[in-house]
This record gives sequence, C-alpha cells and structure tokens, in this order.
Amino acid sequence: MTDTTSSPQGVSPGGASGDPIRRPVFVGPHLARRYARERRFRLLGLASVATAGVILLILLGSIVSKGYSAFWQHEVDLDITFSAEELNPDGGPVERETLLRANYLDMVRDALKREFPDAADDRRERRMLYGLVSPNADLALRNMVLEDPSLIGTTQTVAIKMSDDMDTFAKGFIDRDLPEGDRRVKDREISWHDHLEAEGRVHAAFNVDFFTTGDSREPEEAGIYGALIGSILTLTVTLLVSFPIGVMAAAYLEEFAPKNRFTDLIEVNINNLAAVPSIVFGLLGLAVFLNFFGLPRSAPLAGGLVLALMTLPTIIIASRSALKAVPPSIREAALGLGASRLQVVTHHVLPLAMPGILTGTIIGMAQALGETAPLLMIGMVAFIVDVPQSFTDPATVLPVQVYIWADSPERAFVEKTSAAIMVLLGFLVLMNAVAVLLRKRFERRW
Amino acid sequence: MSSTSMTTTPEVASKSPSPEQLANRYTKVQSRDVNVYYGEKHALKHVDLDVYQNEVTALIGPSGCGKSTFLRCLNRMNDVIDICRVTGRIALDEHDIYDPSLDVVQLRARVGMVFQKPNPFPKTIYDNIAYGPRIHGIAHGKAELDEIVQKSLERAGLWKEVSDRLDQPGTGLSGGQQQRLCIARAIAVNPEVILMDEPCSALDPIATARIEELIDELRENFTIVIVTHSMQQAARVSQRTAFFHLGDLVEVGETETIFTNPVDSRTQGYITGRFG
Repeated sequence: MTDTTSSPQGVSPGGASGDPIRRPVFVGPHLARRYARERRFRLLGLASVATAGVILLILLGSIVSKGYSAFWQHEVDLDITFSAEELNPDGGPVERETLLRANYLDMVRDALKREFPDAADDRRERRMLYGLVSPNADLALRNMVLEDPSLIGTTQTVAIKMSDDMDTFAKGFIDRDLPEGDRRVKDREISWHDHLEAEGRVHAAFNVDFFTTGDSREPEEAGIYGALIGSILTLTVTLLVSFPIGVMAAAYLEEFAPKNRFTDLIEVNINNLAAVPSIVFGLLGLAVFLNFFGLPRSAPLAGGLVLALMTLPTIIIASRSALKAVPPSIREAALGLGASRLQVVTHHVLPLAMPGILTGTIIGMAQALGETAPLLMIGMVAFIVDVPQSFTDPATVLPVQVYIWADSPERAFVEKTSAAIMVLLGFLVLMNAVAVLLRKRFERRW
Repeated sequence: MSSTSMTTTPEVASKSPSPEQLANRYTKVQSRDVNVYYGEKHALKHVDLDVYQNEVTALIGPSGCGKSTFLRCLNRMNDVIDICRVTGRIALDEHDIYDPSLDVVQLRARVGMVFQKPNPFPKTIYDNIAYGPRIHGIAHGKAELDEIVQKSLERAGLWKEVSDRLDQPGTGLSGGQQQRLCIARAIAVNPEVILMDEPCSALDPIATARIEELIDELRENFTIVIVTHSMQQAARVSQRTAFFHLGDLVEVGETETIFTNPVDSRTQGYITGRFG
C-alpha cells in the first residue's frame, strides 16, 4: 500500500496480480465537464434565490404601496359652535350628565350647513352634505367638551374626520373623470370638497386612531389596537401553556425516557401532530374547550389554548434537537462528578440548550401569531369593537382582523387591510429577529 | 505514535513498589467474574482484577478490547447506556457497587472520573471546580469553597496559571490546561479512586508529560486506574498493568514484569508492537 506513493508517475506495478494502477486524470473534457456542471449548479442556485427575492419584493411592495395611505386620514376644519342651549340649557353649573347626552352631531351639521347654505333645503342634499364627515365625529367633540367645559358657548375651529369615501377621494383613489354613476363620490360632493380645499380647510393628519382604537363599521374609525391586544393576550396564553409543557416533554423524552417502541411511537406521533392542518386543531378546540369545558367563545383564553395545541409539537421538536445538540461529554462530566440525572439536566443540559429552545419557541409563537384558521372555529372571527381587557373578553387577533377587513366591501378597508398586514409582518419580523439574535448571542460555547 | 515504529519494549518506571509495600497492599477495588454485554455483544468476559490502594493501575490493549468498558463499570457510568448489562461482582472497599441499595450518586462521588477529551463545563474556572463540592454539600460557606477550589487547582498544578482569571470560562484554556482543570474538578470532591480514560490522547507531548507527573503525585492520596493506548505511558506512570484483548483480561501483574517478562504470547506480541 505504501509503496505506491513512492513509485514514479504513470503506471506502476500493483499488487500480486500485476494490474497497472490507475491514477486520476487532471486534464481533458472530463475536467471541463466537471467545472461546467458546477457553474450550472451555481447559476441555478442564484436564479432560485433571485426568484424568491423578487417574489418577496413584489409582495412587500404591493402591501406597502396599498397600505401606507392608511396611516393618514383627511380632516376638515369646521367652525363648530358649542351651543350653550344644548350643553347647558338651564345656565347653572355644567352637568356631566347633560354633556354626555348632548347631541354633538347637530353641531357638526350646523357647521356644515353654515358652510354650504344652499344645500340646506333639499333633504337628499342635506344628507349628502352630512356624509362629508365621519358619522362618529360627535364623539371627538364630546370628549373635547368633557375635558374643557369652558368651550361651551364658544365657536371653535375643529378638525373633523372626513368620511371614508371622502377620505379615499381626497387621497386620490377615486377618479373624478369617471362618469358620475360609476363612482361612489358624486359631483356635488366633489364640488364641496374642492370648495373646502380651496379655503384650506382640508388637510391630512397622521391617523393616530388607527393604533388606538378597536374595529369599527366606519373605516375612518377602525383601528387595530383591539386586534393587537387580542393577539398579545392570546399569545400569552399560548406561551404560558405550550412552553412549560413542551420543554418538560422534550426534556423527559430526550434525557429520561427509555428508548423503546413506545417512545418511538410517541416521537412519530409528535412529528405527525406538527403536520396536522391547523383547522383541525380549531375543531378540536371547539369540541373540547368550548363544548366540553364551556370556556367563553371568542376569548383569548380559548384561542390561546388552541394555538398552544398547535405550537406544542414545534416546541417539542425544536427543544429535543436543542437538547440533542448538547455534547454528551458535558453530561458525562457531570455524571462522573456524582450529579444525579435531574441535576445533570437542570444544571447543565437545559441551560446550554436554552438558546435553541427559545429560538424554537419564538418561531412557534410567530407561527401562532399568524394563524387564522383554528381561531375561526372558536368564534374569534367576530366583529368586536371593544378592546379586550381580560383573557375571557371577546377578542380578535391581527390575522383575523386582516381577514375581516379584506372581506369588507368599503373601498377604504383595502388600505386598512394592507396596513394591518404591515403591522402583523412587523411583529413577525421583530420576533424572528429576536430568535436570530438569541442564536447569535448564545452560539455554542463549548 | 504508531505502534509499528516501536520494536523494543518501553522503559519501565523506576518507582515500582518496594517489597514491604508489596506486602502491605490493600485491595481498593476488587472485581470477580465481571461480564459486560452490549445487547447481544459480549464485550467483557469473566474479568477478575484487583486494584490496589495508592497505586496506579494501567489498562492497556488494542482498540475495542474492553478496557474502557471495564473502567466505566467501576463507577457505573455504563448505567446510562440502555442496552448495557453488567454481571459479576465489583467491590469497593469490599462493598458491592452494583448492590441495588447503593446510591450511584454516592459511588461516583467516591470514584471520580477524567475523560478522554477534556470536557470542562462551559462555565467559569471557579464554577467548574466548585460544582462537585456544591452538589455534594462539601463546603460550608464561601470561604471554605474558595479554599477547596484553590487546593484542588494547586494539586492539579494549575493554580499558578489560572489564579488571576478564575472568573473566566474554563473552555478558554488550552487543551492541557483544560485536562488539568478536569482533574482538579475530579479531586475537588475528594474521591477515593480516580478513573482516567486515555486522559492524554488529545494532548501534545509537553502537556502529556505534565499530566503524567501529576498522576504520579496524585498517587499519594488517591487510587488511580488509567486506560491508555501508549505503552510508554503505562510503563512510565503505573505500578501494575492489565492487558486486555478481545474482551478478555489476558494478563495482569507488576508493570515491570508485564513489560519485561510477559507470560502470555499475546501480551508479548502487543507490547513489542506485533499487533494492535
């Protein structure tokens, strides 16, 4: 064997049979083919990456270009008279009750009528005129007066939200050159809008309400805060349930359980569970959590439990591979010192596997955050205006909010949908970034 | 080193026991008819071997001969392997260590182990040493623990090199230092017996020489069983040598005798490098 290396180049006498020794050829078409193959492979790889990148760019581009406008809302400055007759009829000290019950909508309407006196006669036109502003504009006025009762009796220039159609028009999404019958905004409304704009009363403002309110039938009032809180509450339940159970299961299976048929069966089934369509978990949750245990419908508690079922396999699988990656020499070292198996696991193996476990958990959570189907089955798809305050309040979550808005007919919900997707993606990116950071920060230290 | 390059028997340590030491030998570990099975495989066959106190016993033999398996029986490290089965009797101070009433955690505190590859915990040097005393409740208070850490590092000949960086990770040390750290970690719990599984196989010759010196010093206070592939090492550090081959204990005796005048032809063949 060793004599072949010392023999001269070319054919050298081989073993007992006297066969010539064949040496590799480093020239000729064989080598060229080899390089060409590698080049092709690299090009194909590059093309795949480029395709994926382009698709991602298109996706993000379309979402951002459709959704960015939702962060702005057009308002119109109206001279609102806070009528003393309505707000303080008896002239005595201001009563909170009266302020709460007063009709602020009329004040908005009066302001509009003063602005466009010629529209005040016809009932249909009047209604069209009132439709310039949000039907919920009175709430903002009420809050103003409640905060500062000295406004009563004065006339103030107040920025009132425009209605969704007018806002959409102001943003330029409705073509004024279309025949009148083909667009939602009529000629009359356009003329009012142009008039107000010429007076400098129309302006766009950052849509704070989008981030501070719950859902609404009126697109200009609808916000994602309710869905966001719903998502946070739901994911809290999911994390609290699935993390301890998942880690315990993984630690037991990996470190303590004997390796036999039964544990093999469990392993196969965990892998199968990870592949079960999520809607099936939703049905299970409906049958078990709602019908059998009687948990409240549409509540983050039930939603979180369903998502926990769905996330468990992910966490168990990730945790097991993290535990497996801890070198056996660490376990032996601790065992050799007289540590019990529990001490080996809690003092050494689990802390070393924790970054991997957390990474898996965060990825599982990110999956749960984006999940819609199982929540449909337990009623979290309902239209819920109030921001949930507890785990048992009716709630919805971000992806379901996207679904609800995408399903709404109003044109203004298109941008809201994309904006909600942006918020959802933002959170997903944030969570995945944390996972990457954790992995980088605590990379193998042995 | 490759065994083929060696044609002469290695030089034997001059520290062989004196006649009166031989007469006063105390059997620390006694094994009788020990068999180990890995599933169907009969890995160790009818091994009778005595380990004497305050001596270094070297286990030599070709790869796969069962010497590491035997070593791991002595502190029941084989327990963690599901398919492994041990029969026969191994006694530490005349108490059967496979007695079901015996606590394996206590056994391992009495029989420490140093592994082939240095395996410090990914913690600070201090915590590496302090871990054993902590879990066994040996130290009472911080001062006592500090003292144990310092003493152990001193005995392992590592104190001077690391005394100013006890709070740094043990994994940041060089290979030889890591192995001495592992030895210090093992002696921090004051075991009676220390098992070493090829402790120098991952080290360079200088680090190996330091560890060998250390083993000789540790012999004063501990009973040592060492598995080694290097016959020179066995000759240098041990008082008694046991030769294993294909799961059989072929021959055991004074190191000097084994290396100069072996009884069995297989031993002869192995130590002169004809096989293995």
